[in-house]
Amino acid sequence: MFEWPEPFVWRAFFAALGLAIIAAPLGCIVVWRRMSYVGETLSQAGLLGVALGLAADINLTLAVILAAVAAAAVLTLLSRQKMVPIDSALGLMHHASLALGIAAIAVVKGPAIDLMSYLFGDVFAVTENDLYWIYGGGAVVLAITLYLWQSLVRLSLHEDLATAEGISPRLPRAAFDLLLAVVIAVAMKIVGILLVMAFLVVPAVAARPLSDTPGRMAVLAAVMAIFGVIFGLWLSLWSDAPGGPSIVIALCTIASISLLAGSFRRR
Amino acid sequence: MSSHDEAGLTPNGNGATCAPVSCSCGHNHGHQPFAGETAREPDPNALISARAVSMWRGSREVLTNINLDVKPGEIVTLIGPNGAGKTTLVRILLGIEQPGEGRVVKPASTRIGYVPQRFEVDSAIPMTVASFLALGEHTTLKDIKAALEETGAVKTLNQQLSKLSGGETQRVLIARALLRKPNLLILDEPASGVDFTGEADLYDLIDRLRARHNLGVLLVSHDLHVVMARSDRVICVNGHVCCSGKPEDVSQHAAYARIFGPQAATVLGVYRHHHDHRHDLAGEPKPLASKPPADPPPPARGS
Repeated sequence: MFEWPEPFVWRAFFAALGLAIIAAPLGCIVVWRRMSYVGETLSQAGLLGVALGLAADINLTLAVILAAVAAAAVLTLLSRQKMVPIDSALGLMHHASLALGIAAIAVVKGPAIDLMSYLFGDVFAVTENDLYWIYGGGAVVLAITLYLWQSLVRLSLHEDLATAEGISPRLPRAAFDLLLAVVIAVAMKIVGILLVMAFLVVPAVAARPLSDTPGRMAVLAAVMAIFGVIFGLWLSLWSDAPGGPSIVIALCTIASISLLAGSFRRR
Repeated sequence: MSSHDEAGLTPNGNGATCAPVSCSCGHNHGHQPFAGETAREPDPNALISARAVSMWRGSREVLTNINLDVKPGEIVTLIGPNGAGKTTLVRILLGIEQPGEGRVVKPASTRIGYVPQRFEVDSAIPMTVASFLALGEHTTLKDIKAALEETGAVKTLNQQLSKLSGGETQRVLIARALLRKPNLLILDEPASGVDFTGEADLYDLIDRLRARHNLGVLLVSHDLHVVMARSDRVICVNGHVCCSGKPEDVSQHAAYARIFGPQAATVLGVYRHHHDHRHDLAGEPKPLASKPPADPPPPARGS
């Protein structure tokens, strides 16, 4: 009964596979630095980037990266104020960018535009050109991540200790924001703005109970994500559900089982 | 310029003898050098020196004109109430923050091992003690084991960092500091999160390491009894250097009594009586520094 999948399925598979590998180590750092909500906010700023990109008629991937980096800069400023806690400030930004993004896209493109493809992505619409972007950009992202890995782990663990031992926190942190923005922009095509962070955070969550060192957690997160991609795409083809959400369902299922198993195993 | 009369402020009337201790008490800071750290130029033998360091948080001056030297082989204890700026001073010495004014001088030969305050590892980060000690350092497992052996924490080797007790965490952190082959150890409140006997053991360990490796040690503390007797020099900080000198002199000093309350002076006295028997302290009143801020703010901050 097995039929060799059509090319669009292969493209979807390789796109999601690439993203899974790039996102895994960064996702671990997002979890360690308690930045899930920060990432969420950055990715929704990406929607504003889409609107601006459409209006200015520039490459949408680039526009999303720019918007996410700008949002990261605004967040850095916001984190310095002490009037409201940072999660509330994030709530403000996250809703503002989502609302502004949706409104702006509608104004630029007219109400007929299909928002769904931005919000939830369309993994089966990935083109060959997209694949070059994912693997080309992904290789650069992965190389920078590996280069900064030790610094990022030490800063996540204890910033003062790392700084006292001679790591300047500024460069790794700025680089990390940039890498996150790139991954968000790339992932938008595949899982969409609203589910981007699932690709980063959920594999890391799935890997945590089975890991005893940071490096192992990053590798395991990638493995978990690959399983999630395979299982998710199969689920999508079998049930006719959209691809991005199906992958996220698969990832979340794996993470739940892992967490559950982990909590039983703990003494 | 407010210039209080020292004697008039003495709350405990046991006659603050200032002779061996510097008595600047902050009232005339800015133009009077502090005894012990009198030299304007940093001591060439010192492992680290602070000269006229001041620091502001917003418009609040948290450190005023701090001078400090730590020389090889000596234990210097920074003591002061919570919020006295001790941790800020340590961060400046470590180069984590730049001072608002003044400078920190550190010869190229100085290698610092740092043990931070409140090292609470998020359990989201999986990290064994072994992997933590190897992190970012070119060390072998043999070195790591040797360092843990030295600090008495070798059995934690394969445990998760986030699961260690307070005392074990401190020992692991000291092992990490030792792996950097330091000649200066800076420990910020090493005894926080450690019970009383554990605390005494910890200071014994620091003392032993100092002797074995000829380390200079800068300790930060807000508790008084165990720390002080082992220190070569105590510097009492409350925004400025209130007084400094040998532990027994500082404990008798008026500025010290004003900050920690009159009983504080007797704490050290009792301790010195029973030099080797830390259990004898079991009935001691708790360190006054942890008292709620009922005592009036030190008049020194009047400017």
